[in-house]
Amino acid sequence: MKYRSLDIGVIGGGLLGSAFAYGFSQRGLNVGLIDEGDNAVRTARGNFGLVWVQGKGKGMREYAQWSLKSANAWSTFSNDLFDLTGTGVDYHRPGGFHISVDEAELEEHVAMLEQLRSEAGEEGYDYELVQGQTLAQHLPGIGEQVPGATYCPHDGHVNPLRLLRALQEGFDRNGGSYLPLLGIDRIEPLNSGGFELFSKGRRVAGCEKLVIAAGHGSITLGNQVGIDVPIHPEQGQIVVTERSAESLAYPTNLVRQTDEGGFMLGPSARDVGFDADTNTGTLQEIVRRCSTAFPYLRGLHIQRSWAALRIMTPDGFPVYSQSEEFPGAFAFSCHSGVTLAAVHAKDVCQWVLDGAIPSAYRCFGSERFDVSAAN
Amino acid sequence: MFQQRTDFSDPVTLSFEGREIMANRGDTLAAALLGCGIFDFRRAVVSNTPRAPFCMIGNCYECLVEVEGKGLVQACLTEVVEGMRVNMGSPRKPVASGNDSADV
Ligand SMILES: Cc1cc2nc3c(=O)[nH]c(=O)nc-3n(C[C@H](O)[C@H](O)[C@H](O)COP(=O)(O)OP(=O)(O)OC[C@H]3O[C@@H](n4cnc5c(N)ncnc54)[C@H](O)[C@@H]3O)c2cc1C
Ligand code: FES
Repeated sequence: MKYRSLDIGVIGGGLLGSAFAYGFSQRGLNVGLIDEGDNAVRTARGNFGLVWVQGKGKGMREYAQWSLKSANAWSTFSNDLFDLTGTGVDYHRPGGFHISVDEAELEEHVAMLEQLRSEAGEEGYDYELVQGQTLAQHLPGIGEQVPGATYCPHDGHVNPLRLLRALQEGFDRNGGSYLPLLGIDRIEPLNSGGFELFSKGRRVAGCEKLVIAAGHGSITLGNQVGIDVPIHPEQGQIVVTERSAESLAYPTNLVRQTDEGGFMLGPSARDVGFDADTNTGTLQEIVRRCSTAFPYLRGLHIQRSWAALRIMTPDGFPVYSQSEEFPGAFAFSCHSGVTLAAVHAKDVCQWVLDGAIPSAYRCFGSERFDVSAAN
Repeated sequence: MFQQRTDFSDPVTLSFEGREIMANRGDTLAAALLGCGIFDFRRAVVSNTPRAPFCMIGNCYECLVEVEGKGLVQACLTEVVEGMRVNMGSPRKPVASGNDSADV
């Protein structure tokens, strides 16, 4: 493969990297998207597909606003993608329900939303508690044991695999260079401000600006340009049923019905390191909860299940950093790469081009975990 | 696409949508139907367009058909049986009323 000279090099072809690469290519830049491949941990290929606002950002108001901002930009974002590529991503935004399967859960969840509401102050926080007949009208077939659910009008869902494909197609249409099967193992900052990228001792590309978005691979890459990326894996499992006639009009935290008719059930959360295998106990628990919510699911066959590894930060909020030592280098990691795809392609790309993360968003820097800074 | 089958050495008779068809013992239902020129196994749940087997190894669930007495099965994983009565697969509709046909 020949050496590429790029304006911007993006390392990592997952949901973050692909959104950035697409965003830069929309601005006519010479962008390279470099991806390691199937032997890397690839979260973008195993997620649940929610574009979700409700319940996010307790303790960090900026993250709640950031999620809402992205959700509000999603419709235009997906339309633009469709116009460019012809690939629809099945984005719908009827609002979403967070279902609690027992009283204790409901109480805890409502308390959390009330906390978010109080943190939002005058700006307000949109959600309502829905119970009994009203709930059954919106979610026909909801289990009798379900004490209630909360509805947030800003929530939606999407086909995440189509999203990944559309972003990469769009990037390709715009003339971007996709460099697959290329694990970057060495970054060499240049005196001129640019970077040289190496794979297995080979110099593969040079770029003026560098965006590290390699999911779990970002830690070691970030270190090489002086950026601390404090992330760890959190395993999530998902169960998919056979396709079935449309019966669930809203996405929920537990179950959503895809445009093809299948139900996705999930997602669990376990701390098991880099283990991406499913286990029976967890799958049973997913099915138990989801069929408590919708007993009719018991009549459907399970078609497949899988596990994937979330990219979690210590507080669950994104980590967006720029290198102090080499200001052309940025590293971005977050859990909700589907939800935030719209702002990643738009706002975050602009930060990189402007050469700095705006002060309003510095709260997402990894310095917040720095003990000495907190004192 | 496929050659019409004529070599029925160990024949089995079954029916699809009331039409009598022949197969060999040991055939999968999917192979038997395709061998008789049947490509319309079911209709897609959402678009209502015709569907036929895609993977033939139990992965894609495109080949669902209704076998009398057994319900919805994957035709590519089901062996033909003498007298089997098969119909096009119709999607299970999750019933909201609570009297769901819990058959799993
Ligand atoms: C079970 C589950 C459910 C989820 N549900 C949702 C949801 O409903 N909504 C939502 O918004 N988010 C959800 N997520 C989170 C979402 O999937 C992630 O936020 C997103 O995939 C993260 O994208 P990423 O690009 O950072 O990482 P990844 O998608 O993992 O991509 C990283 C890429 O970098 C590449 N790479 C790694 N190292 C190197 C290297 N050295 N050189 C070159 N390339 C490299 C890999 O090949 C990979 O393709 C879910 C996650 C899980 C696990
Ligand atoms: S043809 Fe794919 S499951 Fe039967």
